[in-house]
Amino acid sequence: MLQKPRYIDLNKCTACGECAEVCPVELDNEYDVGLSNRKAAFKLYAQAIPGAYAIQKTDRAPCSLACPAGLNVQGYVQMVGQGKYEDALKIIMEDLPLPGVLGRICPHGCEDACRRCEVDNPVAIRDLKRLAADQFDPRKIKIECLPPREEKVAIVGSGPAGLSAAYHLARKGILSTIFEALPEAGGMLRVGIPDHRLPREILDREIEIITNLGVEIKVNTPLGPQLTVDDLFKEGHKAVYLAVGAHRGIELGIPGEGAGGVRQGVDFLKELNLSGKTPVGKKVGIIGGGNVAIDVSRSAVRLGAEEVSIIYRRSRAEMPAWEDEIQAAEAEGVKITYLAAPQEVLTQDGKVVGIRCIRMKLGETDSSGRRRPIPIPGSEYDIEIDQLVPAIGQRPDLSAIEDVEGLAFSRWGTADVDPVTYATNREAVFAGGDLQTGPWVAIGAIAAGREAAESIARFLDGRDMAEGREPVTPENPVYRPIPEDNAGKAREKMPELPLKDRKGNFKEVELGYDEDTGKEEAHRCLNCGYCCECFQCVEACIAEAVIHNQKPVEREIEVGSAILCLGTHVFDPAPYEDLYHHESYPNVLTSMEFERFLSATGPTSGHLVRPSDKKEPKRIAWIQCVGSRDTAHCSNDYCSSVCCMYAIKEALIAKEHTGGDFTGTIFNMDIRSHGKGFERYYERAKSEGIRFIRSRVHSITEADDNGTLKIGYVEESGEIYEEEFDIVVLSVGMEPDPSAVELSRKLGVDLNKNNFVNTDDFSPVMTSRPGIYVAGVLQGTKDIPQSVTEASAAACASSVSLAQSRGESTKEKVFPEEKDISGEEPRVGVFVCNCGNNIGGFADVPGIAEYAKTLPNVVNVDENLFTCSQDTQEKIVEVIKEHKLNRIVVAACTPTTHEALFRETLRNAGLNENLFEMANIRNQCTWVHSHNKEEATEKAKDLVRMAVAKSSFLEPISDLMVDIEKSGLIIGGGVAGMTAALSLADQGFPATIVERSDTLGGAARDIKKTWRGNDVHEYLSGLIDRIEQHPIVEVLLNADVTGSSGFVGNFETDILTGGKTRTIKHGVCIIATGANASSPDEYLYGKNPRVTRWHDLEQEPNRIKDARTVVFILCVGSRDDKRPYCSRVCCTSSIGQAVNFKEQNPEINVFILYRDIRTYGEKEALYQEARDMGIIFVRYTIDKKPIVTESDEGLDIRVFDPVLQRELLIKADLLNLATAIEPTGHEDIAGYFKIPIDDDKFFIEAHAKLRPVDFANDGLFVCGMAHYPKPIDESIVQAMAAASKAAIILSQPCIKVSPLVSQVDTEKCIGCGLCAEVCNFVAIIMEEIEGKGFRAKNVPASCKGCGLCASSCPQGAIDMLHFRDRQLLAAVSAVR
Amino acid sequence: MEKFEPKILAFLCNWCAYAAADLAGVSRFQYPSNVKPLRVMCSARVDPLYIIKALKAGWDGILVSG
Repeated sequence: MLQKPRYIDLNKCTACGECAEVCPVELDNEYDVGLSNRKAAFKLYAQAIPGAYAIQKTDRAPCSLACPAGLNVQGYVQMVGQGKYEDALKIIMEDLPLPGVLGRICPHGCEDACRRCEVDNPVAIRDLKRLAADQFDPRKIKIECLPPREEKVAIVGSGPAGLSAAYHLARKGILSTIFEALPEAGGMLRVGIPDHRLPREILDREIEIITNLGVEIKVNTPLGPQLTVDDLFKEGHKAVYLAVGAHRGIELGIPGEGAGGVRQGVDFLKELNLSGKTPVGKKVGIIGGGNVAIDVSRSAVRLGAEEVSIIYRRSRAEMPAWEDEIQAAEAEGVKITYLAAPQEVLTQDGKVVGIRCIRMKLGETDSSGRRRPIPIPGSEYDIEIDQLVPAIGQRPDLSAIEDVEGLAFSRWGTADVDPVTYATNREAVFAGGDLQTGPWVAIGAIAAGREAAESIARFLDGRDMAEGREPVTPENPVYRPIPEDNAGKAREKMPELPLKDRKGNFKEVELGYDEDTGKEEAHRCLNCGYCCECFQCVEACIAEAVIHNQKPVEREIEVGSAILCLGTHVFDPAPYEDLYHHESYPNVLTSMEFERFLSATGPTSGHLVRPSDKKEPKRIAWIQCVGSRDTAHCSNDYCSSVCCMYAIKEALIAKEHTGGDFTGTIFNMDIRSHGKGFERYYERAKSEGIRFIRSRVHSITEADDNGTLKIGYVEESGEIYEEEFDIVVLSVGMEPDPSAVELSRKLGVDLNKNNFVNTDDFSPVMTSRPGIYVAGVLQGTKDIPQSVTEASAAACASSVSLAQSRGESTKEKVFPEEKDISGEEPRVGVFVCNCGNNIGGFADVPGIAEYAKTLPNVVNVDENLFTCSQDTQEKIVEVIKEHKLNRIVVAACTPTTHEALFRETLRNAGLNENLFEMANIRNQCTWVHSHNKEEATEKAKDLVRMAVAKSSFLEPISDLMVDIEKSGLIIGGGVAGMTAALSLADQGFPATIVERSDTLGGAARDIKKTWRGNDVHEYLSGLIDRIEQHPIVEVLLNADVTGSSGFVGNFETDILTGGKTRTIKHGVCIIATGANASSPDEYLYGKNPRVTRWHDLEQEPNRIKDARTVVFILCVGSRDDKRPYCSRVCCTSSIGQAVNFKEQNPEINVFILYRDIRTYGEKEALYQEARDMGIIFVRYTIDKKPIVTESDEGLDIRVFDPVLQRELLIKADLLNLATAIEPTGHEDIAGYFKIPIDDDKFFIEAHAKLRPVDFANDGLFVCGMAHYPKPIDESIVQAMAAASKAAIILSQPCIKVSPLVSQVDTEKCIGCGLCAEVCNFVAIIMEEIEGKGFRAKNVPASCKGCGLCASSCPQGAIDMLHFRDRQLLAAVSAVR
Repeated sequence: MEKFEPKILAFLCNWCAYAAADLAGVSRFQYPSNVKPLRVMCSARVDPLYIIKALKAGWDGILVSG
C-alpha cells in the first residue's frame, strides 16, 4: 500500500482551521461539487472523520522546475496575490538574494513553462517578483543565519554567482571575502546592463543584503600576479570560489576590426555603466542579435546617436534577444537589418567610416537548432557608419587563472567542474557562473553560487559533497487540471516610461505594477501544484501539526482478507452537453449540486436560489435516469436504484425551503420506490403536490435572458408539451469509480461488463478471488441501507474465514489500581484549555482560570495550550497526584470527541474515570461567539462554574461486566435464518434454528431460479445439507417460540416443540421469520383454474407449452390502501418467468400489466431483454385496474393502454398474479422480545441507514423478509450482516456495558410499574418481593441510561448514575 | 431601563441536540451567548421538576432539546 502524505500530523491537528484561513490557494470544493471554493489546506466537510485538516499537494509547479535556481514561484506569486510582500520576499530569498534585480532582468524561463500558456498568456512572474521588492525593502527581510564559523572563504568575482555563493555561505555561518577586479561590485549585473533596465541603486541596495550579513567585498582587487589563488589560501582562506564571469567580447574576425571607432559591446556597456558615459558615434552600427546588441543600441540612442542600426545574420525568428527588448529598441528608433553579415570594416585614416555587408539566406538547421545563415554571393553592399560595436558574444577572460594548478578548461574556454558539486580538480577550489557555462542567465549563476556554497560547507565539514544532490525531475508530473472558468483573464500590461521621455537619459523604462494590478496578475496563477508551499500554515499552526516534507509511505500489512468498499462515481453529463446543457446553462444542475444547495453547510448555507440570478426558484424540474437505463447516450443499461427516491426527497425539501407556491415536477419513466417505507414517501410527495410526469424529455432550452429553462417532453400518449422551469435538476446515476475499477483489476478481481465486481447470487459479497470481499456500489448500484448491510456481510465473510485467528493480535492495557476516595472532601482540579487560539483567541483564558480558582472545592487550576496533547496528559496525572485531586474538570472542547481521552488519563492517575466532567467552552462557546470576546469569556465562566458544581457531587462508578452465553438463537429456517446460523456456527458459535414448519427452506422452496438464472433448488439443498451436517447447528422443526426473557448475552427463550417446552439460553437472537405471498380476492383467483399466482404457473411446464397467451398482472394487493408498500421482488420475478416462458415456447404471447417496472440495479437488463423478446408491457393505474372475466375460450382481460389511449382486450389462456408479499404473522415474537413492528407488520430496525439489521435492544437482530420483501441475494447479505453484528457480542469474553444506568431505591418504590411501562429497552422489570408486592428492578445490560424511568417515577425512587438529580441540579443551581 | 436579556438554560440530549450544538460550533454559526447548555443523556431525563427548580434558581427561560 502506498499511503499518500497528508502533510498534517493527525495526532497534533486540532481541526481549528487556522491553516485554511491563511492558505492563499483557492481550489474547487469537491464536497460542494465545485459550487464553492476551499483552500489547499482543507477539511473536506465539517463532520469529516478524522476531524483533522489535510494539505493537497502534488508535484512542484512547472515554473519552479523551469527555474535554474528552482525558486518557489507559485509560493511567492500567491503571496503577492495576497499583498504579503514580505512573505513573498522570504520565499524568494530562500534561494535568491537579489529579488529586485532578477525581478527586472531575469529572462524568466518560468514564464515559458507556465501552464497558463495553454489558456492565454503566462503569468507575469518576473514582474510580480519585482513588485514584491518594490513594495517591501528586501534589506529588511530577516535572514536566518547559522552561528558564524571560524573558516573564511575567498570568492573571486562579485557577479551573481559570487554574490549568491557569499549569501548562501553566510546563511550557513561561513563568512567570505569577495575579490572584485572592477571598481564596483555586481559583475555583469553592474557593467553589462544599462540603467534603463536595471537602475544602479536597485543593485546597490540588494548587494547590501549580502554585505549586511558580514560579507566583505574588496573592489579593484583582481586576481593576477599580485594576487594568486595560492595567495588566497596563504591568507588563510579554506576554500576559493572562482566566479569571474565572461567579460571578454568575441571579435568579428574581419579585416579592419582594429580601426578606431570599433568597440566591443561589452566594453561599451562597461564604460557606460561605470562612468555614466562613453563615446558614441553619430551613425552607430551594431553587429549581433543578442541582448548585448540591443542594450548597446538603446544606450546609443540615449547617448545621442542619430542613426543606430543592428545588423543580424539570421532572421527575426532566430534572434536570441528578448522580443520585448527588440520591440522597445525598434520603438526607440533602432533600425534592425536581418539576414546580413559584416565582411569588412571600411576605414579612412585608421577610423571606421563604414562597413561592407553581405546578404544571407537561411540554410539547414545547425547544432544550435537554428537555421544556418549562408551568404548570397554577389550581394555585398556598404553602409556608412562612424562607430562599429561588435556584440556577437563573450567568453571568460582566463588570463588570471589559466595557470592555476589543477584547473582545467573546456575548448570553449570555460572552466571544467563537477556538474553537481562545482568542484574543480583542485581541492578546495570551486568555480561557477559564466566562467563555467559561458555567457548565460543571471539566475543560472545564482543557482551555481548556491550549489557551490553547499559544496563548500560540506567540504569544510568533511562531508560527502555529492550525496543526495543529483537533480530529480518528476517523470510524469501531476498537476491541478486547468480550470475551465479561468480562461480569458488577460495578462496585465506593464506600465512604461513614455517614448518621448526616454531620450538623453537612462531612466528606468518599465515602471512596475501597482498593487492592485499585481494582485490581479497573481490571481491568474493556476496553482499547478495545489499547495504553493508558502508555509503560511506552518506559522499559523500553533499545534505544530504541519509537516510539509512528509513523504509517501509504502506499507506492507499482513492481512487474512481484504474488503473492497471503493465507492461510486457520479455520472458526468458533460459529454452529452447537446442534450443536457449542464455546462452552458447555469440553472441546469446535477442532483449532487442541487443537494448542496439544500444543505445548511452548502454554498448558500441552505438557502435555495437559482444560480443565474440568485432568486428563489418556484418551479423546479427533475429529469430522471440521466446516465441510467440509457444505452442511447451512454452504455449504462442498469438502473442506479437511488435516483427516484433522492429526487422525491429533494423535491419535498425544496418545497419546505421555498414554501407555498412551489411546484416540483419529476419527469420519469417509472418511479422506483421499492425500498422499505419508500412507497409511502412517494404517496406523500404526490399528496403534497409534487407532480410526476411519465414522459421522455427531448429538449432543454433557455427561455429568457434570466436563465429560465424550457423543457420539451413527450407523454406516453405521444402528445408533446413544453413547460418553463427556474431550475432543472439532472438526476444523475452512479457508476463504479474509475480508480476502484483500476484497483480491482490490479487485485485480480473479476468485473462484469458494467465494471461492477462480479459476484454470485448466492455469495453476494465474495469476489472471484478468494479472501477478497466486496461491499457497496462497487458490487452494484444500491442505496445506503443496502450498502451498510453489505459491509457488515463482507465483515462476516471475512470473520468466518479468519475465525481461527480471532483475538491473536489484540493487546490489553493495564491501569494502576483505583484509589478509594470515599469519605474525602471534593478536591476539584480544573484544566482550562487554550486550544491554541481556538479558545485563547476568543476568550480570556487566564481570566477564566482565575475565576475557576474562586469556585467552591476548587484546589488547583491549570491553563494548557493544548489540554489534549500527550505531554499534558502526563502532566495532568502528576497534578492529580500532587494536589490529591479527586474530581477533575476540563474546560475545553466537547466530550463527544475528547471525554474518552481524559477519562483514560484519570484511570492512569488511579482515579475512577467517572470523577470527570467537561465544560464545553470551545464548540459551544468560543466558536459560536467568536465576535464578542467578553461574552464568550463570561459564558465560559458560567459553563466552568456549572461543571465544577456538578463535579463536586460526582462519585466513582464501577465497571459493569456481563457474562455472555456464547450461542445464538435463530428464529426462522428459511434462507436468511440458515445463512445466519451457518455464519455464526462457522465462527465457532453454536446456533439453534427454530422453525415453525416441518421443513427448512422457507419461501425459497417455491423459487426455481434467481433473476440471473441460478438454480435455487440446488442451492437450497446444499444449504440444508450444510445445516444438517454442521456439528454446532441444532434445528428444531415444528417449533414455536412461546416466551423470552433476559438481556444481551443472557437470553432465555421458551420453545414449544413436540408438545414440550424447552428453555434455551442464548447470548443473541436473530429474527428471520420471513414472509409469504398473499392470496388475493380479485382477478378470479381461486375461482378459475386459469388464474394462478407467483411460482404456481412455472411449476407446470405443460400448461405453458400449450398456451397461446399468458398475462401477468403485477402489484396485486401491493401499493394500495391496504398494503401501501411495494413488494420489491414481483417485477423482476414476473419478468424472469415471462422470459423463461418465451424461451420455452417462442410462439407464446406474453403480456405484463404493470404500474411501474421496478427492475432496479442490473436487473434492468432483464427488462430490456424481455422487451427485446417481444413481451408486451402495458401500464395500468390503480384507478383503472385490469378487468378479468371468464370467456368460452379462456379469460378476457381488459386494460386501458395509455400509449394507444384505448382499451385493449387480451384473450388469455393463463393469468399469473404477482400478489403482495406479506410478513408471516409474528406479532407474538415482537411481544416476547419487546421489539417494534411497523404498520405493515414488518419488524422495524434500529435505524434504516445506520443500523439496518439491529434492533434498538441489544443482542437482537433481524434479517430476510421479516424485515421487508427482498430477493434471495439480499436476504443472504442481510443474514450475514445480522450474524456479523451478533458475533461482535459473542466474540467478547464478557460484555462491558455502560455503568451510567438507572438505580432504583426499593425503599421508595411503591411498585406502580410506570417505569417498566415507559422503558423502551426492557431495562426495568417488576420483581416480586415477598411481603411487599412488586418492586422495580434495573437490568443494567439493557439500560441505555436515558433516564425516562427516573423522570417518570412519581416517588422519585429512581436516579441515574452520573446524571443524578443532585448532580444535575447542582449545575442548574449554579446560575449567576 | 437596560434591555432585558434572559438567562436561558438548555437541556441538550447527548445524542442529538448536544451533537448539533457541537456541529454549530464546527460550522462557526454565531448565536447569542445567553443560552447555557447542560448535557443530559436523553431529553427524557429532564424531570418537569427540574424546570421549576431552574426557574426558581434564577434562570429566565428553559430549553429542552432532544
